[in-house]
Amino acid sequence: MNLTLKVWRQKNAKTAGKMVTYPANDISPDMSFLEMLDVVNEGLILKGEDPIYFDHDCREGICGTCSLYINGRPHGPKQAITSCQLHMRSFYDGQTITIEPWRAAAFPVVKDLATDRSAFDRIQHAGGYVSVNTGGVPDANEIPIPKPIADEAFNSATCIQCGACVAACKNASAMLFVSAKISQLALLPQGQPERYQRVQNMVAQMDEEGFGNCTNTGACEAECPKSIKLTNIARLNGDFLTAKIFKSEEIHA
Amino acid sequence: MELNAKLPEGPLAEKWDKQKFNLKLVNPANKRKYHVIVVGTGLAGASAAASLAELGYNVTAFCFHDSPRRAHSIAAQGGINAAKNYQNDGDSIYRLFYDTIKGGDYRAREANVYRLAEVSVNIIDQCVAQGVPFAREYGGLLDNRSFGGAQVSRTFYARGQTGQQLLLGAYSSLNRQIHLGKVKMYTRTEMLDVVVADGKAQGIVTRNLRTGAIETHAAHAVLLCTGGYSNVFYLSTNAIGSNVTAAWRAHKRGAYFANPCFTQIHPTCIPVSGDHQSKLTLMSESLRNDGRVWAPKTVAIAERLRKGEIKVTDIKEEDRDYFLERKYPSFGNLVPRDVASRNAKEVSDEGRGVGASGKAVFLDFAEAISRLGEDTVAAKYGNLFDMYYQITDENPYKQPMRIYPAVHYTMGGLWVDYNLMTTIPGCYALGEANFSDHGANRLGASALMQGLADGYFVIPYTLGDYLATIGPKAVDPNHPAFAQTKKDVEVRVAKFLSMKKGTKTVNEYHRDLGHIMWEYCGMARNEAGLIKAKGLIQALKADFWKNALVMGENEEINFSLERAGRVADFIELGELMVDDALMRRESCGGHFREESQTEEGEAKRDDENFSFVAAWEYTGENQPEKLNREDLIFENVKLTQRSYK
Repeated sequence: MNLTLKVWRQKNAKTAGKMVTYPANDISPDMSFLEMLDVVNEGLILKGEDPIYFDHDCREGICGTCSLYINGRPHGPKQAITSCQLHMRSFYDGQTITIEPWRAAAFPVVKDLATDRSAFDRIQHAGGYVSVNTGGVPDANEIPIPKPIADEAFNSATCIQCGACVAACKNASAMLFVSAKISQLALLPQGQPERYQRVQNMVAQMDEEGFGNCTNTGACEAECPKSIKLTNIARLNGDFLTAKIFKSEEIHA
Repeated sequence: MELNAKLPEGPLAEKWDKQKFNLKLVNPANKRKYHVIVVGTGLAGASAAASLAELGYNVTAFCFHDSPRRAHSIAAQGGINAAKNYQNDGDSIYRLFYDTIKGGDYRAREANVYRLAEVSVNIIDQCVAQGVPFAREYGGLLDNRSFGGAQVSRTFYARGQTGQQLLLGAYSSLNRQIHLGKVKMYTRTEMLDVVVADGKAQGIVTRNLRTGAIETHAAHAVLLCTGGYSNVFYLSTNAIGSNVTAAWRAHKRGAYFANPCFTQIHPTCIPVSGDHQSKLTLMSESLRNDGRVWAPKTVAIAERLRKGEIKVTDIKEEDRDYFLERKYPSFGNLVPRDVASRNAKEVSDEGRGVGASGKAVFLDFAEAISRLGEDTVAAKYGNLFDMYYQITDENPYKQPMRIYPAVHYTMGGLWVDYNLMTTIPGCYALGEANFSDHGANRLGASALMQGLADGYFVIPYTLGDYLATIGPKAVDPNHPAFAQTKKDVEVRVAKFLSMKKGTKTVNEYHRDLGHIMWEYCGMARNEAGLIKAKGLIQALKADFWKNALVMGENEEINFSLERAGRVADFIELGELMVDDALMRRESCGGHFREESQTEEGEAKRDDENFSFVAAWEYTGENQPEKLNREDLIFENVKLTQRSYK
């Protein structure tokens, strides 16, 4: 198939970017979207032009590195997959495909289609863990966890930190991402001792990074490649409120 | 140099305890005077960095990804072994040790493997304490499943995303230490050399992938946790960025490279389709718990299927050959990976393969679906089935998967002693980057176990011994070795950037190398082929330095430059792999020399002549590497022809 690509090119965060048009010819429908970009890039390199930069690594939908905004949707037109799992059979011959980076103030462009998502790491630093050192922990089966709770915690824990939720949100809110981590640990007995401290610390860091507020439109859930649910946000809000009302003396100690 | 593995004396079960007692300690007040560099933040690196920081050491960690959580450990699917015996099915530390030594075809050290089995139980406890959501039974306790090469259920798992959950556990511990200021984390930063000063590793040289800044970092010790080198084959199940550069640079500074030809070909991957493919995708070994491997019984039926004259559902039960169940009745579909892979290749080579290329066999769930129901199968393997559907556009609930072996893991790596130190004092290698525990074949669900064992429970003890010996005096960053090593890196980068007149992209060289390796140093190897491969690689190397095309400048993100460095190192490693495979005139585990097989076509070892670790020593540019042998001594297990019948 032959396609026309309209790609966002930007040298770095300090320079202005623009859309540039490239042809992508002789593309097989069995190629992945990123393999299609590889082919275009090989052509650009041989012509002596600067190849299109995009972040990617595992190419099997789990590392969360790839982050393309394709035809107006994070990770493209299909549900519950990442850009690297998208195949060209989802497009038609002659189609024009627009490719942009995630757009959010908290995710400055690094180059072309890659953004700096270190804000997410800093939110994790603020409290996305159970404070246990290596060694000196109880036997694994001394902590029984009901299967439905363990399964629910697992569902939240499958977030790949790609940032599609932020990119999909009109407010560039990071609530789905933050709430997934909060939920995983709030559901599990291991997460209880630091539960209310954690939610406050992570939300405070989220605000500091400049993400927008949540207005419950649900675009994040619709576009999440791992189908993380809005109920996580409800759980975050519940815990946050509880922390503010009932535990403040402990939290501000 | 004489290789000294520093194995402790005494009975097997007491060795590690004894070693822990004999290792020197660093007192808590002195720990904060030491600085440790950790390169790579996968399971081994993240767990080591977090654990060492918890002890009080100052840690600087590096990864080339945009976040430490992206390391390729994240993609491990099936599970992690531990000798918990929660199932009451006869498991024990000794049994896990025995299975692992046997699975590795008796080419690993007894003492290392026993230690691995010993600490395996602590890993599960640690991960659960961190909040890793392992699969559970309805009673709330942990669930297990079976994996290849074992007859007990000792594999802990988190659906098909065990690596992800374990890495996120280690990443969360790392984050806590970053928050506490004990770990300084550098992302998008690639290590390009080790600084060896006064005979000891005292730092590294890195390139900031965003700005191109080339910098030196000094420390009392350097830990390389940089993964394996499967991408030497171009197509593998590894991530695109996975590379050998850190390990290879250390090799060229004096770290011996052990058993480079020991590579694992995983039997159940989605087959190659077309020339454009950039990577292969694994379908977890756990699928062989319920999936049955088969191929058409005759070439005639296979041919009709390939031509599309019949559909897979038209093939009658009696015309299907469940070849693993037939040949290995006691292990059936759960034979080790090397055995399963070779059988799939054999069947395809006979002309009984399926799919357009004929390079595939079936993995069939029809029986499991009728026995357990589609919902149960989906709960166990749903994400894998979805992944398969995405890539192939075929529904595995309705028709069998097509699978074929692909390169997946490398058992070889930097030679390390029992304390995980390489032949450069102060330079350690952990996880897949070292060679230590899997012999010539790794059993499923053992990579996660080893990465975390090294990081959580081995290096925190063994590193202290070295640090106590050298003392806490700060490393001198003005030692001339730092400036010299940095200059060497700058010269190399400048050389790549001068290659603007080339005619062939770096990616094309990588693909060519992959073809050579897969053809002559892949699932089956022979003398004539290996000699041919050596010539081809040397020619490829010469051509690369003459005609490769590298774009752009240093002071920007430049993946053309990044890849050039990695591919240049892969080419050199490829030649060493071929040398190693040529030298080892026996078959063992994943290394199958066609000249050395049993009458039934199984790998035939030559214990008399090859019961050793081959540790290769770099002797200079374009010079043949020198072979050093570490003899393997077996005091506890009896070496036998592996049998899974």
